[in-house]
Amino acid sequence: MVGITAYGAYVPLFRLSREAIAKGAKGEKSICNFDEDSITMAAAATIDCLNGIDRDTVDGLYFASTTHPYKEKLGATTIAMAADLKTDILTTDFSHSLRAGTSALKSALDAVKAGSAKKVMVTAADCRLAFPRSAFEPNFGDGAGALLIGDTDVAVTVEASYSVYNEIMDVWRHETDSFVRTWEDRFTLTHGYLEGVKEAVSGLMKKFGYSPGDFSKVVLYSPDGRRHTELAKSLGFDPKTQVQDPLFAVMGNTGTAAPLMLLVAALEEAKAGDRILLASYGDGSDAFVLQVTEQIEKIRDRRGMKEHLASKKVVTDYKDYLAWRGILPAEPRKETVAFLSAPAIWRERDANLRLHGVKCKACGTVQFPPQRVCTHCHTKDQFEPYRLSDKRARVFTFAMDRITSPILELPIVTTTIDFDGGGRIQCFLTDRDPEQVECGLPVEMTFRKLQLKGGIQNYFWKSMPIRT
Amino acid sequence: MEGIKDRVAVIGMGCTHFGELWDKNHRDLMVDAAYEAFEDAGLEPKDIQMAWYGSRESGFTGTQLASALKLEYIPITRVENFCAGGTDTFRNACYGVASGVCDIALAIGAEKCKDHFGGFNMDILEPFDRSMTEWDGPPVNQFAQLATRYMYHYGWKYEDLKRIFAMIDVKNHHNGTMAPKAQFHREITIEQAINAPIISYPLGLFDACGVSDGSAAAIVTTPEIARSLKKDYMLVKALALTNGGGQAVMQPEYDFIHFPEAVAAAAQAYKEAGITNPRQEIDCAEVHDCFAITELITYEDLGFSPRGKAPEDVEAGSFTLEGDLPVNTDGGLKCFGHPLSASGLRMIYEIYHQLQGKAGPRQLKKADMGLVHNIGGICGFFNCAIAILGKPE
Repeated sequence: MVGITAYGAYVPLFRLSREAIAKGAKGEKSICNFDEDSITMAAAATIDCLNGIDRDTVDGLYFASTTHPYKEKLGATTIAMAADLKTDILTTDFSHSLRAGTSALKSALDAVKAGSAKKVMVTAADCRLAFPRSAFEPNFGDGAGALLIGDTDVAVTVEASYSVYNEIMDVWRHETDSFVRTWEDRFTLTHGYLEGVKEAVSGLMKKFGYSPGDFSKVVLYSPDGRRHTELAKSLGFDPKTQVQDPLFAVMGNTGTAAPLMLLVAALEEAKAGDRILLASYGDGSDAFVLQVTEQIEKIRDRRGMKEHLASKKVVTDYKDYLAWRGILPAEPRKETVAFLSAPAIWRERDANLRLHGVKCKACGTVQFPPQRVCTHCHTKDQFEPYRLSDKRARVFTFAMDRITSPILELPIVTTTIDFDGGGRIQCFLTDRDPEQVECGLPVEMTFRKLQLKGGIQNYFWKSMPIRT
Repeated sequence: MEGIKDRVAVIGMGCTHFGELWDKNHRDLMVDAAYEAFEDAGLEPKDIQMAWYGSRESGFTGTQLASALKLEYIPITRVENFCAGGTDTFRNACYGVASGVCDIALAIGAEKCKDHFGGFNMDILEPFDRSMTEWDGPPVNQFAQLATRYMYHYGWKYEDLKRIFAMIDVKNHHNGTMAPKAQFHREITIEQAINAPIISYPLGLFDACGVSDGSAAAIVTTPEIARSLKKDYMLVKALALTNGGGQAVMQPEYDFIHFPEAVAAAAQAYKEAGITNPRQEIDCAEVHDCFAITELITYEDLGFSPRGKAPEDVEAGSFTLEGDLPVNTDGGLKCFGHPLSASGLRMIYEIYHQLQGKAGPRQLKKADMGLVHNIGGICGFFNCAIAILGKPE
């Protein structure tokens, strides 16, 4: 039996009030901070999904996104490092379509079914850019979802799946574009979204003999709320009782991540025996019939959608959003780093991406970055790797810099933090409220991007106030 | 092991105006500083047998100095030890003389900080590497963390500790008005300092030193040669240098209310100079006031004030020109300016003149023994250099 053995999600802390974009607009959308991208969000969702799971048991990671930071360079490997997974595993990226998340899911199910892997992490993230003031802008949200696929301790089985493709210019972004383009929505939504998903869902039900009443919950990707209801009704589902809230009011359309995130939201409410229909859209549609098992109760201990959505800070200044997304340029003179070295980034990968410190085998002192000679007992080369990324810490002291980068974050907070169980590092504090920064503040670690130089994006960990 | 005490003499000092010297390069500045030192010593460039050149921002290798002064194929070593570079350059020249391999040596520091945007090359590797994932903010964030913790540790209210910082700022601004070569010549008030914009919480604009161009130079020789050249030479009593090995950021025991590098360097220096009660035995000091918190903590690190009690001494005026141990009589880094590797030599320049009685309107009544202290780097990786100078018997 192959299916979902764990789920996780990540919604950034920040929400942009739609009122900030257009007067009178309702609700808010999730936006990632200036130091986040699809890779960091997928890493966060993956780590959420792995709560309580031995990371060495994961033997694959598929990353789906239309907003990969790189055009050529895998994202799955960076995420696998941040999640501290083994290196002898399957890794690949799925891209170019909002359907990529469910395509990755289908491939992972097939890989486990075929026996080429036992546990595959599927993670999808997006932070799509809409033209400023376009109809898409208030609608696009940022976020990530993660599903761990396996064949033991399955919490959600997959009874059937069905895929269709269509060839249509409805939503696209050329290599030379920064912003997502579209055609008139009566055309794109009628012949793209509505026809595409309908074909997949009715095809699935017909082929495997389901009827609308068989499902306790229907999770449908949708570009907007109006078409979501229209589609559900046309397929014979009751929007009031059967259909998962697409979360437009509080999050927006998270693109490739949306089907996974909405499924996680549905699973958080599901009980054993529930049958769920999941359908994505993007150049066609993937549809799945899922059934929840008793195991679901054993994987509740994660933040998922509910806790991430509840933990938020609302941004009311549209300019902050534009600056964070690089739409408003920062003064180039504020940039400080001349270049990033590929060999150094490679050499330090375990420290920088896995956040591995070392623990001295002689005296037990935890130290970061990894050392050759112990800072405490001076024993040489007697260390074991020690993961700090999953440890909580407290701020020992801090500084709040108002000079370095006023456009992105004011002030930038530098912290020295002491980890529970030992180890001290100096790092930036992100997703913070300057008024609440103090000595003793409890923090957790979060994987973030730092500088982009010479086409190299480097990533590292920051501390952040514990999200509650 | 024989220490440096009384084995090396300073016979010539020079220092340029410090500031935003847009129209001069580091070689221009070295010519001005070195020729003032030559004149002071009664020597010529050809008399220099070995030289040490301190610089962090401005030029690699000893050829920078050789080309500026047209020194003819003598050994010159470039010294880089961050903000402690100037005093370390001096230390190396003194060791050259003390070792007997040369009789007359030149130590010079020069920086063109203001050729970098904002005055500081922020592409700092130390102590990390080119993966550049570690801390990459300006130095103020390091020192501000000590200020934050000092406040927390001793239970200071923000406003009250800011007032102590302001008193240090006001003192240094006052002293700077009497130093013609200083970058800033302006009195400030306590309120101005407290209310100035925050640079990095809790440090404000006036809690931070000037960033400057400048050069300063010293000519050192044996006491015997010194006696033959002039009466008012000064003797080196101690030279100390320590380098942090990351302890502070790897060991949670480190408290962020002192600089262990400075405590260790002070212990070395006092032992070498035979000083047992620094507060009593030292008459004046130039300490590394890159930020007000640095000066405050340094009072404690150097044993001028008991641990945690430096603010009381600041309130009592102990370190003003009228106090029992005047500190930063020429305005310090705060007002004289801070061209990194030139600063240590500028401090020695001030102590030398105080000891000679040639410090002009800021001259102290009693100045027989003076101390110079530099500290630079980031938490856990500070470099601290101390030099103590005294009058010949």
